[in-house]
Amino acid sequence: MASMEKDSVSGQYTTGHEWDGIRELNTPLPKWWVYVFWATVIWSIAYWVAMPAWPTINDYSRGVLGYASRNELESDIKAQKQARSKFEAKIAAISVDDVVKDKDLRNFAMTGGKVLFNDNCAPCHGTGGVGAPGAYPNLADDEWIWGGELADLKQTISFGVRNTNENSRQSEMPKFGADGLLTAEQINQVADYVVALSSKGSTAGLPGEAIFAEQCVVCHQDGGVGSKDVGSPALNNNIWLFKGSKEQVKQVVINQVTNPQHGSMPAWSERLDETSIKMLTVYVHSLGGGK
Amino acid sequence: MTQAAPKPTKSNGLYAETVTIHPRKVKGTFRSAKWWLMVVLLAVYHLAPLIRWDRGPDAPSQAILADMAGRRGYFFFIEIWPQEVYYVTGLLLFAAIALFFMSALAGRVWCGFLCWQTVYTDLFVLVERLVVGDRNARVKLDRDPWTIEKLWKKGAVHTLWLLISLTCGIGFTLYFDDAFVTLRDLFTLQAGIGTWSAIAIVGGSCYLLAGFAREQVCLYMCPYSRFQSAMFDEHSLIISYEGWRGEPRGPARKGQGFEGRGHCIDCKMCVQACPTGIDIREGLQMACIGCGLCIDACNTMMDRVGLPRNLIRYDSNANLLAREKGEAAKTKLVRPRTMIYTAILTAVGAVMVFALSTRHTVDVNVLHERSPLFVQLSDGSIRNGYTYKVLNMVRRDRTFQLSTNGIAGATVQVVGETDGGTQALLQVPGDDVTAFRLYVTAPEASLQNSKTSLTLVLTDMADGHVVRSETLFAGPGR
Repeated sequence: MASMEKDSVSGQYTTGHEWDGIRELNTPLPKWWVYVFWATVIWSIAYWVAMPAWPTINDYSRGVLGYASRNELESDIKAQKQARSKFEAKIAAISVDDVVKDKDLRNFAMTGGKVLFNDNCAPCHGTGGVGAPGAYPNLADDEWIWGGELADLKQTISFGVRNTNENSRQSEMPKFGADGLLTAEQINQVADYVVALSSKGSTAGLPGEAIFAEQCVVCHQDGGVGSKDVGSPALNNNIWLFKGSKEQVKQVVINQVTNPQHGSMPAWSERLDETSIKMLTVYVHSLGGGK
Repeated sequence: MTQAAPKPTKSNGLYAETVTIHPRKVKGTFRSAKWWLMVVLLAVYHLAPLIRWDRGPDAPSQAILADMAGRRGYFFFIEIWPQEVYYVTGLLLFAAIALFFMSALAGRVWCGFLCWQTVYTDLFVLVERLVVGDRNARVKLDRDPWTIEKLWKKGAVHTLWLLISLTCGIGFTLYFDDAFVTLRDLFTLQAGIGTWSAIAIVGGSCYLLAGFAREQVCLYMCPYSRFQSAMFDEHSLIISYEGWRGEPRGPARKGQGFEGRGHCIDCKMCVQACPTGIDIREGLQMACIGCGLCIDACNTMMDRVGLPRNLIRYDSNANLLAREKGEAAKTKLVRPRTMIYTAILTAVGAVMVFALSTRHTVDVNVLHERSPLFVQLSDGSIRNGYTYKVLNMVRRDRTFQLSTNGIAGATVQVVGETDGGTQALLQVPGDDVTAFRLYVTAPEASLQNSKTSLTLVLTDMADGHVVRSETLFAGPGR
């Protein structure tokens, strides 16, 4: 290092550095600032020892304080469960109808039910119960195959549709075409009649009317209003499960009468507890279609 | 204008030794002003949280309160919600411009008289002087070996400092929860760990910064000293030494007049009185906080030797030069710089007053349901879901009427409240946010496109105040 000398103009010491005859004045840092710097270095070393810091081949250094963010998460989850448990106990103790009447419980059930729905139901029924045309019913509209009251919903969620559970909802539409119960001509006529029903057009004099009265009314009822007892959908409205666009309605009816498709749904009581099912019921009921 | 070069380094080391500065006691105008301001500022700081303000039974009755847990800010008749934090932004902007304005007119008034660093440092030095004595006694005590006397004197100083720091920390916490409740909890040792931590952090900072760091804060930590020259011009009032009158300096001797030499008697009282340890005779410098104590010190000496006062004076550079040339000094307050600051201050102040006087007492957030965007009902009509949040920002329950506008035949249903109709009544408790789930149903014939604009109209049943929110209504399209 070059020798330190005083600058003749300012009277200040120089650092001894020189570039092309220009020398740098020495403006020293206060010592306490340097001490603070060393204090932070010591702090960081203590931190390495105290907290998880260094990666090893298969693991990492744990730190002597034993801190882990996972523990924090676990205690947070525990606290959350604790906070939820008093609501869940109340929901477990009363009927779904009473849950809906209590504003706080209803809000709790709707919020918890949404999480449960997204985890368990949304893969088929879609977020918000939007459904999938041709496969899974829309839960947000006002038509229900198996009933839209709280008790109906709870029953359907608990035991499902067309599964192996003994309480499962069961129904099967006959294969009128495939089994030769109706001819292709008759099926065509009954499809015309059903399309007229659904579009609120005139059904007078349609040849399908007699066939409908003979073969379909047992399940689908007079005027095609459907029956939630046997899970027969209403035919007198705009809502079609097995349909893509307006023009396809007739073809869909023909297909369904000839060789019906049937959906299936698991019995959720085999997987979820009673309280969760109650919360799901309240949530599905609130999606807009609840009766 | 020029500033003096940094003080020449006494040592040639790379790191500067920090020398403790023991300012000498002075008497005079500026010292008195500083005492009075200290009393007033500390009184405001400690007494403001005790002022009560009646807001009704369920609201805090403290006039100035930052209720973090309750997410409300209170200032007398003003009450702000978290989303209105821009009022605080406005306040900070106002304060910053006011600081610039103050500097342009009268130099570092903030640093010398108003800053908490200055106030608490002054208070801590006063404690030292009362316990140990004036400058010479304190310098001597620092140099003395450790004796019983030194131990108790130092002990007493630090005990008093810690007590003052404790009041500083406690004073701070009183702004964040009811002051009387907090004080009661503190004295009965029932206060939570959060309160004690805040007191430890604020009080500890006070002890460290006012007891030990002192002028180091102004020199090395605070950015303000570094950009003060941007606000100054030749008309700004600064602490200045009249070199033309003072030089050449020399000690006063009995029987010797001042003809042919300067009035500065080189007694170094101005240096010893300075809380940042600078020599003001070297001109305006970064370390000068503009407290004026050197003026008091110098005037005392001038009186003693029978010379005119104000060899060091609080005046502008322009006046200094004018007097040197024998011209009349006149202070120029109206200049572009001060006018611009005044204009900005007025504008910010006007915007704040306008915003506060027209503050909404009800606000609405509308969120359209995304899944499903719309639902077709069995009668063919189309239904959309919305989450509708009403913020009732007054402390009384209110009833609102909700209706729609823009789509013929639309009906509105509030889940859990009403079953549908052209309008619905919404009850919102005072000082609360209530979320409603709305279903708006419209006949398909009223919808032309996949998107139709819809207005949700909320009317306060009591005073007829209307809040309109524009949103969209989704449909299948044609």
